[in-house]
Amino acid sequence: MGRCYGDSALSAHIVDARSLNHFLDFDSSSGLLTVESGVTFDEILQVFVPRGWFLPVTPGTRFVTAGGALASDVHGKNHHVDGSFSDHVLWFDLFTASGQKLRCSRTENADLFHLSLGGMGLTGIVLALAFYMKPIETAYIRQHTVRCENLDETMAGLESYGNWTNSVAWLDCMAGGKAFGRSILMLGESAKLQELSPKQALNPLKIHSTKGIPFPIDMPSFTLNRFTVQAFNRVYFNKHPKGSQDSVVHYEPFYYPLDKVLGWNRIYGKRGFTQYQLVVPHQDARKGLQDVLELLAKRRMSSFLTVLKIFGEQPENYLRFPKAGFTLTLDFGIADSLWPFLNELDQVVEKYGGRLYLTKDVRMSADFLRRTYPMAQEFIDKLKEMDPVGTFRSLQSERLSIHA
Amino acid sequence: MKKNILLVGANSDVAQAIAKLRAENGHALWLTGRSLEALQPIVADLKLRYEVEVSAFVYDAETSNPEALILALPGLPDEVHLAMGYLGNPICIEDAAETTRIMTVNFTAAVLLMNALVRSLIQEKRNAVLVGISSVAGDRGRKSNFLYGAAKAGFSTYLDGLRNFGYAHGIHVVTVKPGFIRSKMTAGLPLPGPLTATPQQVAKAIVKAVRKRKGRVYVLPIWELIMLIVRNIPDFVFKKMNL
Repeated sequence: MGRCYGDSALSAHIVDARSLNHFLDFDSSSGLLTVESGVTFDEILQVFVPRGWFLPVTPGTRFVTAGGALASDVHGKNHHVDGSFSDHVLWFDLFTASGQKLRCSRTENADLFHLSLGGMGLTGIVLALAFYMKPIETAYIRQHTVRCENLDETMAGLESYGNWTNSVAWLDCMAGGKAFGRSILMLGESAKLQELSPKQALNPLKIHSTKGIPFPIDMPSFTLNRFTVQAFNRVYFNKHPKGSQDSVVHYEPFYYPLDKVLGWNRIYGKRGFTQYQLVVPHQDARKGLQDVLELLAKRRMSSFLTVLKIFGEQPENYLRFPKAGFTLTLDFGIADSLWPFLNELDQVVEKYGGRLYLTKDVRMSADFLRRTYPMAQEFIDKLKEMDPVGTFRSLQSERLSIHA
Repeated sequence: MKKNILLVGANSDVAQAIAKLRAENGHALWLTGRSLEALQPIVADLKLRYEVEVSAFVYDAETSNPEALILALPGLPDEVHLAMGYLGNPICIEDAAETTRIMTVNFTAAVLLMNALVRSLIQEKRNAVLVGISSVAGDRGRKSNFLYGAAKAGFSTYLDGLRNFGYAHGIHVVTVKPGFIRSKMTAGLPLPGPLTATPQQVAKAIVKAVRKRKGRVYVLPIWELIMLIVRNIPDFVFKKMNL
């Protein structure tokens, strides 16, 4: 769909997979769904929620294709329990640089299978894929919200609520002093039928609204500055009473709060924005996150939307991003001062053994990739062997010297 | 009431979009295409998304017999969408095979199939709506695609006459003249955005025309104006133009 925040899906020539938009098969006993790669998560939800099935893993937007989800190895609020999207994929058909159509799975063309998970589409074009859907009783989420007053509470909260399937913390990156690292922790579990209100129970498998509200104009780029972000954060944080709250909400506001507003990115103005998503391993994560947030304050940078999540164990696999630890996502409006600042942040991330998510990346250096992804060089070597001329490339793969 | 809807050339993007809209209302779909293998994902998709009856039949405009197709169908359709088309090489005056192909797919075969359907419908005293997807290219011949245009002009004229003929028999005929459509047929061509419809827009306009018993439809209203102007350019000017 071309929704990557960075340059992963940009190139001089682009293969648009949206015409590969057919549902191919569904096995209701196992939940195995087979689709062509251009089918979007939005469409899958529209068709399968009413039948009592949900995506095994979803990012914060439903406007992604299934093929893109595989190539980006997307993760969601349930990573610590369910892993990332690739973990639910049984097989896919790949159109390779040599012009072959290859079935790839953990047993068939296994290396190509693993190279392609989170492989940013560089191994070929995914034509179709099969993955397991998750059964749900209702389209609602039993939500538990906890206000955490500082970074220690936030991190301890994410760890101690690890038995909840979904967890994420909205972080106020602007708060200092005693409130440094304060957050609203949101936990969610697929709701059972008896947990719904009488009104919700009338249509327990209701799908999301398919009408969005278009964001009308490009806001001036100064709209989101330190002061407005600080004010917004303060209001949002204080909206939540001390302690915790329980509610039952539909999956749409829980998983896809921003999808409701089409073109919400226009709030950043014409120059747009970038996301910086890092992961730091558990060891020293507390110190690492503190250093990151302190550098933000020191350089007077503000991130409009800051999200902290926990990643579960995941074996190292080529370019797949997740590994056990904490993952922090920061949003920045584009400004000239941003690039040197992000280079500084890179140093902090590397110091604590962390790395960045390629799907969000638009600026990391080729060296940084190789230093932070231990299997990057192996990925590049194997890719070169399969496709010496670099048939499937992107601006990102060129920038990162994966391709010459 | 559940209808049986026949889509000829179901592999086309417009036909697929029509199929989705009709399946949404629970109608049964009969799809035809040149190869069952190519139709397979479309059939699977419609069945999975809408849980309706969908079946596929082989029909090749160049080689198949329309009577044989009608016999193969489970019955007579209540609604037909003829969406097959072949743009071909725009300037193929040297190539007889290509010229024949353009004429056959866009005109001869289309007419023979419609004739056969109408014959059977009248015999069985059945009402139906027949939709023919023609083209604005048929409104006036231009050097850039006049063979395709000529075939579509013939098809449009045929549909006008068939509408008149079918009226007394309870058979309604819709002539659709989409302008540019972003589809497989035009993949890779530079198309002017505001004048280009998506297959979904075309499908919506067609379903609306069927419901309202319209005769002729342009999908984007702007095309009606454009073609009015194009038709009225004096020939001594038109022949020198690059259109």
